[in-house]
Amino acid sequence: MTLNQEPNREFKQKCSRKLYRQGSRGIKGITGSLLFVENMTGVGCGELVTLWGDPVNASSLEEFAKTGQVLQVKDDLCVVQMFDDAPGLETGRATVWMERDVAKVGVGEALRGRILNGRGLPADGRSLYGLEEFLPAKGLPPGLRIPPNGAIETGISALDLMNTWVRGQRLSLLGGPGLPAGEIAARMAARALIPGKDGDFLVIFAAMGVTGREADLFIETFERDGVTDRSVLVLNKANDPVAERLLAPRVALTVAEYFAFVKGYDVLVVMADMLHYCDALREISALRKEIPGRGGYPVAMYSDLAELYERSGCIAGCPGSVTQLSVITAPDDDVTHPVADLSGQLLDGQIVLDRELHAKGIFPPFNVQASLSRSMDRGIGRGKTFDSHRVLADQLRSAYVKARETRLLRAAVGDAGLSEVGKLYLKFGDAFEKFFVGQKGRERQLERRTLAQSEAKAWEVLSELPVEELSCLPQTLLERKIAIGAASPEKSGEPEKK
Amino acid sequence: MENNWAKGAITGVSGPVITAETDSCPRMFEAVWIAGGALDSRAIDSRTMASKLPGEVVRIRGKTVDIQTYGDTTGLAAGGEVYFTGKLLSVDLGPGFLGQVLDGLGRSLGSIESLGSLQGGGAPDLPLWHFTPAAAEGNTVAPGDLLGTVEEGKLFIHRILVPPVSSPQAIAWIAPEGDDYTRRECICRLADGTELSLAQRWEVRVPRPVRARLPLDRPLWTGRRGFDTLFPLAVGGVAAVAGGVGTGKTLVQRSLAAGCDADVIVYVGCGGRGSETAEMLEEFSQAERRGIPLRERTIFVTSTSSMTVAARDPGIYLGMTLAEYYRDMGCDAVVVIDSLSRWAEALREIGNRLEESPGEGGYPAYLGSRLSSYCERGGQAETLGGHRGSVTLISGFSPEGGDFSEPVTQTGLSRAGACWRLDKVLAQARRFPAMDLARSYSLYEEAVSDTLAQNAGQDWPDLKEYLRDILSRARELFDSARFAPTSAFAPIFASTFDSIFDPILAPTLASNRSAGEIALSEEDRWILFHAETIETVYLRQNVFDLQDSCPARSAAMLRLLKALDDRVRSFLKDGLPAAARVSMRAELAALWDLPGDFTDKGREWLALFTAELAARQTADQEVAL
Repeated sequence: MTLNQEPNREFKQKCSRKLYRQGSRGIKGITGSLLFVENMTGVGCGELVTLWGDPVNASSLEEFAKTGQVLQVKDDLCVVQMFDDAPGLETGRATVWMERDVAKVGVGEALRGRILNGRGLPADGRSLYGLEEFLPAKGLPPGLRIPPNGAIETGISALDLMNTWVRGQRLSLLGGPGLPAGEIAARMAARALIPGKDGDFLVIFAAMGVTGREADLFIETFERDGVTDRSVLVLNKANDPVAERLLAPRVALTVAEYFAFVKGYDVLVVMADMLHYCDALREISALRKEIPGRGGYPVAMYSDLAELYERSGCIAGCPGSVTQLSVITAPDDDVTHPVADLSGQLLDGQIVLDRELHAKGIFPPFNVQASLSRSMDRGIGRGKTFDSHRVLADQLRSAYVKARETRLLRAAVGDAGLSEVGKLYLKFGDAFEKFFVGQKGRERQLERRTLAQSEAKAWEVLSELPVEELSCLPQTLLERKIAIGAASPEKSGEPEKK
Repeated sequence: MENNWAKGAITGVSGPVITAETDSCPRMFEAVWIAGGALDSRAIDSRTMASKLPGEVVRIRGKTVDIQTYGDTTGLAAGGEVYFTGKLLSVDLGPGFLGQVLDGLGRSLGSIESLGSLQGGGAPDLPLWHFTPAAAEGNTVAPGDLLGTVEEGKLFIHRILVPPVSSPQAIAWIAPEGDDYTRRECICRLADGTELSLAQRWEVRVPRPVRARLPLDRPLWTGRRGFDTLFPLAVGGVAAVAGGVGTGKTLVQRSLAAGCDADVIVYVGCGGRGSETAEMLEEFSQAERRGIPLRERTIFVTSTSSMTVAARDPGIYLGMTLAEYYRDMGCDAVVVIDSLSRWAEALREIGNRLEESPGEGGYPAYLGSRLSSYCERGGQAETLGGHRGSVTLISGFSPEGGDFSEPVTQTGLSRAGACWRLDKVLAQARRFPAMDLARSYSLYEEAVSDTLAQNAGQDWPDLKEYLRDILSRARELFDSARFAPTSAFAPIFASTFDSIFDPILAPTLASNRSAGEIALSEEDRWILFHAETIETVYLRQNVFDLQDSCPARSAAMLRLLKALDDRVRSFLKDGLPAAARVSMRAELAALWDLPGDFTDKGREWLALFTAELAARQTADQEVAL
């Protein structure tokens, strides 16, 4: 069999002739945002359609023409998912036109600093010129990828030192409702940079199902941190159409892939909040009467999430990269919730927010013990960050785990039952949370620490423990630590600004 | 398209499943090509060659056929054409697979554009092979008999066998030794005119025949000492690696694939992260085991989550077929699948699209039978050629939400002979492997004990018993000492315990409070400490710890640890405090790095340690006096 031959040229020509438009008036039924349409001969799965409503009563073009996408074809009938809500739609008079194309996103440098809606159209009231290309929102399969590489510096010690985020890695920010996950994500995105590389990240922020307050917060954070002109915000608010919510991350990723793999930028995609996205999936799935899986979510959710999460990484021979940060709200702090669970299996790590630390007023409230960065070793160590990065992180973690265990014991036996070393561990635990994890600056600003400052902080809190307890660290390092400890006597002083 | 292929027409498209009508008689699991993209070809997966998609028949109802497709169905329209190839999905087995990365259909991922046809895809674009005949013209050969050999890579001798389908007959012609044979070139003509080449086609869903099944009696040394000692796996057995999110399943399986003592490893990435493949390739290209780069004995089959969901199903069958092919040569092959839960999810997703009535948890009711017949393809066997070969299956299971009662994990565990469970708490404390000692098990212990005793020494069962005892004793101590019994492996916190609990205050506390308190005797404290030592020195390993660990070395270390325990306890019995040193762990660990047998060095060290202990005791006594 030869592969270059076009076996069904005739069929294809028949379908793709653009001389006249093909369409149907046979809307058989409407449920929510789904239409069931008859007589759509030759319509492709995934094809874009336009719905023309009643020309007489429509007050504006927007109300008159609406877009949707073909979800499923079955014999003569096809299922169309509308991107707009269509109240007042009449089955008899409306026409569904085939667009002979899939959903595409206009991309170009002109998108920088703009706000788009979930469909990729400008949503900031200004018109958009200078688009360079239109790419399918579904994306193209990437070639063979190379593993994540190069540490990212966010200025947050608990990340940079202990759960290093690496270029091309996908991380999730996992926390219960009421924890400032969105705010932290926005700040992490705004401050992330690759040390030694010119220019910061280009930030693509996909906000899905967020409230107006959260949207304002994101815009405000970006403005304050001066990120606006190197960011694209894809905004789907809580009151925007649900179907558009499913498209929003795809639009964001298409834009990201364009900037990364065509233009060579290091792109950071923030997706907030995946729970809302999955709820939208569930809503559409229920409308289609699919058999539900765990928690009522569709059984295909794993594949659907994978479709998003896998659009990331570095490609051999291309300077750009796509790095992802997904915000996931775990309802009732339940990390085994389907969305958190499936994402956990698909992503390269998770940063867990801790309600207890949040209540103590520690910002950012990262639970270092439960957090994990699977790609960390690819970005740290000799020649990348500093030689003792791994052992230092391990030492901090093991000491902190012991400190938390000691706290539990204290709750049971009281202070009297603890040895001197045990008490030191308690002291270390508090110092670690307050001075190492917590880095609240003035006026709820996040203090920025360079990696060297984070390292200094780490030694500072470790000095609470006797040297014999630091069994993860090699002797030479300990000697250095003692030397530093003698040189800088102050314990919790503000580190100098960069 | 070939003219003799039967045609059909698409009537419906739903995600990865399409429905077609045909007048021909399709076969179950028949391979099909689908053409019928109505839209701009740029919108269509370039990997599936513009508008042609491969697929497999998964259900037949009269003239209506349901097909699972291996690519993006965007743009497929009703009326599009379906070509029935008349064959099941198959692969060209032959030299050239080792070190390759294949997708679920057996297409080489390195050169995705130059794909072969659907049957017998996976002819990786490779150089010519050097063939050395082993049979002569006029010899009568039966299926499984050796025709000749091909050097694959630097060290692997690939045996070219008569395929299982032909009947015993004489060789009419065999190719002379030479350098320039392609995979498809005829190298042997049989009396009845059958032409044989280096590659033979095989349908992946059909098990390759063997002469007889052999009992499982040899241990498979995986290089993970904890598994090997406590929960051994037999060559030809089935092992399940089960653990929730973030317990290190993938890393454990990767380290098993790297360290296990087999000839050929088939690593099937089923539904996992796409970035893992790239990482693993890089690591396997760099690491060596016994002087052979790991990549040269490994075949990677990847149907990761970035690829279409349906491709996970043929992926695991492809992996098994490849392993069976090497088994037929008399090799020990190991199939590592990460993970079968993802495969089950793919079945569920397709079943859902087919609107089948769901079984437990929404999974199709045939999940159990499919999984069983899959697992049964493994095993130790006498091949058609009379050699002993085996296929061992190591599979990951990732229970949803860490709930082990869900159907896939339970079905999987009922088919597995060894279950290695991973624990989240241990994983969070960065113990590797995070083995849950309390709930892992192996049914092969009896079967392999004789062989193990031969290799490791007759005292192996005692050593194993000793290890199990001290670990469970430590766990008991720890559980009773804490208020809430922990599911975690006790020695984790043993050192915490050791340093934060004031031994002088502990008895006081116990008298003040209700039952379940801590009053650790000197001996208990030593047990906790020693269990932690065993954990650090013996059980804990790096992912790429490829020290050539073999039963004898492990036994030597266990003997040393046991002797150490005995010595220290004899001191304890005299009522004297044990001066256990943390540095002793490092010294013990250093023994592993010595090449060859370290029994003598170990004895020397122990003598030194005991002398030191005795000296310290004398000093203590003098102070006390």
